[in-house]
Amino acid sequence: MNDGHSLAPESRPAMTAARPLRADGESREAVPDIRPTVTTRFAVNGRFHAVEHDVRVTLLDLLRERLGLTGTKKGCDHGQCGACTVHVNGEAVLSCLTLAASLEDVVVTTIEGVGSPEKLHPMQQAFIDHDALQCGYCTPGQIMAAIACVRDGGARDASSVREWMSGTLCRCAAYPQIASAVLDAAGKMVD
Amino acid sequence: MRPVAYSRPRTPEEAIDLLVGAGGAAMPLFGGTTLLDLAKLEVLTPARLVDLRALRPDYRAISRDSDGIISIGGLATMAEVARHPLLRREVPAIVAALDQAASPQLRNMASIAGNVLQRTRCPYYRDISWSRCNRRIPGSGCQALAGIATSHAVLGTSDACMASYPGDLAPVLAALEASAVVMGGGGRRSVPIDGLHRLPGATPQCETVLAPGELILAVRVPHFACLKRSTFVKLRNRAAYEFAEASAMVALDLEGGVVRDARVGLGGVATVPWRSRAAEARLVGMRPVDAAMDAANAAFREAVVRSDTAYKVEMGKRALVAAIRQAVAMDIADD
Repeated sequence: MNDGHSLAPESRPAMTAARPLRADGESREAVPDIRPTVTTRFAVNGRFHAVEHDVRVTLLDLLRERLGLTGTKKGCDHGQCGACTVHVNGEAVLSCLTLAASLEDVVVTTIEGVGSPEKLHPMQQAFIDHDALQCGYCTPGQIMAAIACVRDGGARDASSVREWMSGTLCRCAAYPQIASAVLDAAGKMVD
Repeated sequence: MRPVAYSRPRTPEEAIDLLVGAGGAAMPLFGGTTLLDLAKLEVLTPARLVDLRALRPDYRAISRDSDGIISIGGLATMAEVARHPLLRREVPAIVAALDQAASPQLRNMASIAGNVLQRTRCPYYRDISWSRCNRRIPGSGCQALAGIATSHAVLGTSDACMASYPGDLAPVLAALEASAVVMGGGGRRSVPIDGLHRLPGATPQCETVLAPGELILAVRVPHFACLKRSTFVKLRNRAAYEFAEASAMVALDLEGGVVRDARVGLGGVATVPWRSRAAEARLVGMRPVDAAMDAANAAFREAVVRSDTAYKVEMGKRALVAAIRQAVAMDIADD
């Protein structure tokens, strides 16, 4: 669903002469060879963005194709695997089933907004310590789901963690290590 | 996904105008967990998405009035309802159904209104390469009836459709006599959840009694003595993040170990959210554990089974018996 724009919004003027913006959140009707667009203003990892995009663009594709934030992974693209999990206003959601247009005025956090290479988030460190990954493709989604699991009170015991982490699949089946990592990090997270 | 127009109305009236004006070609959007999934598959092909996100602040409240009626805003998320202290205390079956539904991410996204209105998981409905699906293409036939059923319904089926209603919450609401507060082009009305979904009959494409543009603004749960002793059992192919093969909600009002009032809801086994008055009647006046199997048999007496759906009857009965036992074992605190 790449809508054809590859420049990050900060380097590309949001308003173009050819396609004037409508500020009221209304798009044009769909007619042959016209793809209705809409402008959405929201914050990602502390940076403000105003992006004009095809109505159909999901948060996942917008993050990856427009903002260059490729840490969030596309697995099934149908809300079944959880690889695309990010936080919207602090809550874990599936970015593949979130229409970017519906994110007006919200705050998004992706894996790029968690920790830093110099100082990893306790959950990232726990995944390393517990060897909670093999191929690593699902790991960004696992980390985002795991942080929400702890914040939302789901890290009570291994059984509770398994339920709270059930929406994020790992085809390498690192599940026992993931559960251990979440319980370990739960005692070290401060936010 | 096909090109689609988009609107962000600020009020229900604006949303309804857009939906009614499009004559069914526009669809309301909130969490997107059903709509975007099916739009990507081109099972649903709306010309316009009417995003209800801006209405959420006014339609997310959960409260109880002086008559004891609990009102749940239609745009409250599944997660919000599941963690609400009022519901955790007063109607444990609603919380249990939501806690076992979908995944944490989906529960953070989906609204109560959208959850109740979710579409079937019938694989022939979800895959447009199948030419026969009366629900998707009226009059085209039914691939499940003609071939292999996969987790299809045994109650409420017709010669045109045997797709099961997949949700966990709506059967609970139906049995508890909850109603939807609905607003549309014709104004406001109340629609019982038990009756919101149409039996497939000859027109499975007509899924609910809602008119184009009608929105569920709230769900109201009336007060009954049985609500506190209400529970939900879900049987599925894995222990988490899976639709029900069979589910059962039981609510009991007991006096001296005998049932004074009972509610029974069944999920995963019927074409619509299913209340079993037959099972309820077998429980009233009886000691519930003694009457459990009798109630389970009564609940499935009308079942229409084939070799590939017969297991649903057995699972449904076991879910109901387990829910009855679980309800009896609940430790209910007095007010």
